[in-house]
Amino acid sequence: MFKLWISIKKDVRILLRDKVGISLMFVMPIILVVVVTSIQNSTFELVNKNKLPIIICNTDTGKSSAQLITAIDKIGMFKVTQIAKESANAITDNMHNQDALLGIVIPANFSAEVNTKAKNASDKAMAAFSGQADTVKNVEKKAIAGIDPLNLYYNPVLQESLRFSIQGAIRSALQLVQTRQTLRTLYYSSNEKELPQSLENEMLNSNTTINMLPVSKDGTRTTPNSSQHNVPAWTIFAMFFIIMSLGGIVVKEKVSGSFIRLKTLPTNYMVGLLSKQITYLCVTMLQAVVIFSMGLWLFPYIGLPALNFPADVFAVFIVTLVCGWCAVSYSICVGVFAESQEQSNGFGAVSIVILACIGGLMVPSFAMQGIAKTMANFSPMHWCLQAYYTLFLEGGKLKDVLNNIASLFIITLIIQFITYLGLKRKNLI
Amino acid sequence: MAVTPSLAVSIENMGFRYPDNADVSFSHLNLQVAKGERFGLFGPNGAGKTTLMNLMTGVLSVNEGCIKLLGLETGKQNKVVNKLFGFVPQDFSFYQELSPVENLEFFGAWAGLNKNQIANRTDELLHILGLNDVRDKAVGKFSGGMKRRVNLAIGVIHNPQILFLDEPTVGVDVQTRHAIINYLRKLNESGTTLIYTSHQLNEAEDLCEHIAMIDEGKIITQGNINDVLKEHSQTSLEELFINLTGKAYRN
Repeated sequence: MFKLWISIKKDVRILLRDKVGISLMFVMPIILVVVVTSIQNSTFELVNKNKLPIIICNTDTGKSSAQLITAIDKIGMFKVTQIAKESANAITDNMHNQDALLGIVIPANFSAEVNTKAKNASDKAMAAFSGQADTVKNVEKKAIAGIDPLNLYYNPVLQESLRFSIQGAIRSALQLVQTRQTLRTLYYSSNEKELPQSLENEMLNSNTTINMLPVSKDGTRTTPNSSQHNVPAWTIFAMFFIIMSLGGIVVKEKVSGSFIRLKTLPTNYMVGLLSKQITYLCVTMLQAVVIFSMGLWLFPYIGLPALNFPADVFAVFIVTLVCGWCAVSYSICVGVFAESQEQSNGFGAVSIVILACIGGLMVPSFAMQGIAKTMANFSPMHWCLQAYYTLFLEGGKLKDVLNNIASLFIITLIIQFITYLGLKRKNLI
Repeated sequence: MAVTPSLAVSIENMGFRYPDNADVSFSHLNLQVAKGERFGLFGPNGAGKTTLMNLMTGVLSVNEGCIKLLGLETGKQNKVVNKLFGFVPQDFSFYQELSPVENLEFFGAWAGLNKNQIANRTDELLHILGLNDVRDKAVGKFSGGMKRRVNLAIGVIHNPQILFLDEPTVGVDVQTRHAIINYLRKLNESGTTLIYTSHQLNEAEDLCEHIAMIDEGKIITQGNINDVLKEHSQTSLEELFINLTGKAYRN
């Protein structure tokens, strides 16, 4: 124990005097967490809180096109700007000039076509009510006549999922205009008077509200925010970032003369590796404490949503401990196999970015397909991220993340075994 | 296993070959160094001196035969054998970020000393080797001579019975060389066997009683230094060296 204690003291001293290493392990990940969370938060707010700017060029003079514009405005997700109908051919230029992400050109015959379609539908309905089947067939044939499309222009920066949401919203506005006109026509055909406004509202407005409720394991209804997603994810990345310091230290010790002397002393080098594991495991735990503390207490002061810490603190501790141990083991493994510090740093940096990619830190693993989804299982970051998300987003307990911890533990043991083989092969133990 | 306590080092039919370097290899090498000797191992660059030193200290493992230190076979009883000797490698074998005290604390613990033993030996060695004033400063900022003294202090912290020194005075000034050689003499007088390599043949002639000269993995001469010089009709170690190994460049 004395040898181990002295070795830990030695490793801590070397670590504390490595200013660059400390900044890489603490300052860089902190900057990363703040920057990524800020960017994602602003994107989140753009989509969820700000309105998307849309330019509408109405080349139609009828009532239905005006109703459509009102319906689009009432959806609530668009900031509508109308431009003169003479500008239809220059809609894209107007979008650029006014920083609009979307543009719509309503065709000149829009209202007339809506009226025609409503009339056809009304005639068909009236024929159906009176039991004249032949007349219904004739009406159907007329209704198939072409309707000019509504052109929706979009800025390519809009993601596909958002474009589909926009398309759905516009379609619902169109549907509302069409249905209103059909109802009015049908009512007039039947009663030879205008549809009362109150009845129209009753028929068109849905009284069923939709509540969006996040699913959680503990029954709480905490709405996930960008901090809940980013702080755990980038904490994992920060823990693996210690490879930039630890991998280099292992290589440096290995290629320097001190390693030769260590081999001639009556102490197994495994004591040295154990000491490094304990020292750097403490570093990873400290990284997690610093980053989580920032999320809890600093983020609200810099305009970011505060991190909601899970109720099961012990589970967070265990997940962090196993993840940190895996990060340390991986760093030592790379250090053992690398021939130089340049190799260790280069390979280390690239490999953790790859592990982060396939582990779901950059693209959610649920969105991955085929081989990418399979590969995610081989990334220790994936299992750690799943465990953190279960705790931070779903309010899970330790029992809910045991399978993640077990997978992480197995990967760590495999890395340790590979390290042992590397040390044996290189005659280092 | 026959224990021969009168011998500090006994190399018996030793064979060794690097897996990826056929240039340096030993075959059926035999060498004996008595306890308490000051033994010099010489040869041109690439002759195999450092490799032989690494084999004797267990850094490398022999392929054939065996090497015994004080009767104990290296490689098989490492924990016991490694307590018996100290090693001062040619490279600076310590942590540049740490001070002399911190380096001695770490290597002393790994050599098997307890807290009090480390503290006592640290004070003693830093005083003897003139490092007391810089005991708490990072070694990385030291001059080459000071680093050599730290390198030596670490090698002897556990009072080894055999001390292997691979070019311990390379790159140091005259004062430091004298200080190191004088300290080695004192160590030897207290019973420590010295196994020493160097290209400073004047210094070696002054320090060593017995020598072995190796070239291309073979011992080309060995014995008492005066007897060897007489046998080859040479007046100095340098003349003997040139005579036996030639004047051609070695890599």
